[in-house]
Amino acid sequence: MINQVIFMNGYGLYVLLAFGFTFLSFTGLYVFTKIQYNKEKNKFTSKFGALNPEQANLAKLQRINKEILSNASGN
Amino acid sequence: MFKFFEPNKIFLITSRAFKYVLFLFIVVLSVGLTEALILSPEDYKQSHAVRIMYVHVPAAWISLGIFSLLTFLSLIGFIFKNKNLFLISKSLAPSGFVFNVIALVTGAIWGKPTWGTWWAWDARITSMLILALFYAMYLVAWRIYEDQEKVFKITSLITILGIINVPIIKFSVDWWNTLHQPASINILSKNTIHVSMLFPLLIMTAAFTLFSLLIFLMKYNTELIKLKSRGLDRL
Repeated sequence: MINQVIFMNGYGLYVLLAFGFTFLSFTGLYVFTKIQYNKEKNKFTSKFGALNPEQANLAKLQRINKEILSNASGN
Repeated sequence: MFKFFEPNKIFLITSRAFKYVLFLFIVVLSVGLTEALILSPEDYKQSHAVRIMYVHVPAAWISLGIFSLLTFLSLIGFIFKNKNLFLISKSLAPSGFVFNVIALVTGAIWGKPTWGTWWAWDARITSMLILALFYAMYLVAWRIYEDQEKVFKITSLITILGIINVPIIKFSVDWWNTLHQPASINILSKNTIHVSMLFPLLIMTAAFTLFSLLIFLMKYNTELIKLKSRGLDRL
């Protein structure tokens, strides 16, 4: 059974190469996108931290800003 | 009409949807891989090499679908001056490009045991390569142009020119003599693929669609955070 799945009548190398390349591409794209996302989130959090209390309260009026901050603290 | 596409409202949905989509993707992909690699039968002509179809075909379908969607969103965004539709397009493009590359590479890997060559300047393969170039131009345009109005115009132009290639890809196997086989799945006529192979193909297509949705959600949220970050500078 295992042999059949791996060797596939001699086509195993091609099949696993195709699936392997797909898996690597998925992983690469996911990791790259996640890094970009975390970078922007951290940048936002540090910018927000640098605001004075008045500016921070003003920024918090926007629900999206609160949501970004709560997402950032959740990770 | 575009109130639903307001960034403030949409972020609440997109930031929460991620974990559910990720869970669904893992479940569907697990079923799809089991079907594609173990349970589905081998082909009477191609033997087990046919299993490459389960990654090659969904990747090609999704890359074509995403490019069509990019064009549609860019056009609507351009006509109605809606910036958010451009952000949605921008967030969809990376996964479309990666799926295009997957389709090309897995096609080459499939070509070796079935045609005896990794690559041929065949109408279908060449037109898919041209689509990858349009994707690359689209992504590069977002990177090099700072001026928003300019980038909206240029990316719209790229998608409009690129969309001409989409029907060429679809019908290339009918219009020219190609190494590539004709379509096995037709909406208007009878399918020439057995249900035992169609089922894993559709499951893998669903898994790939969920993956592109996952990437879209992350990328789109990144764009919205960037936008809001710039907003903090103006306070």
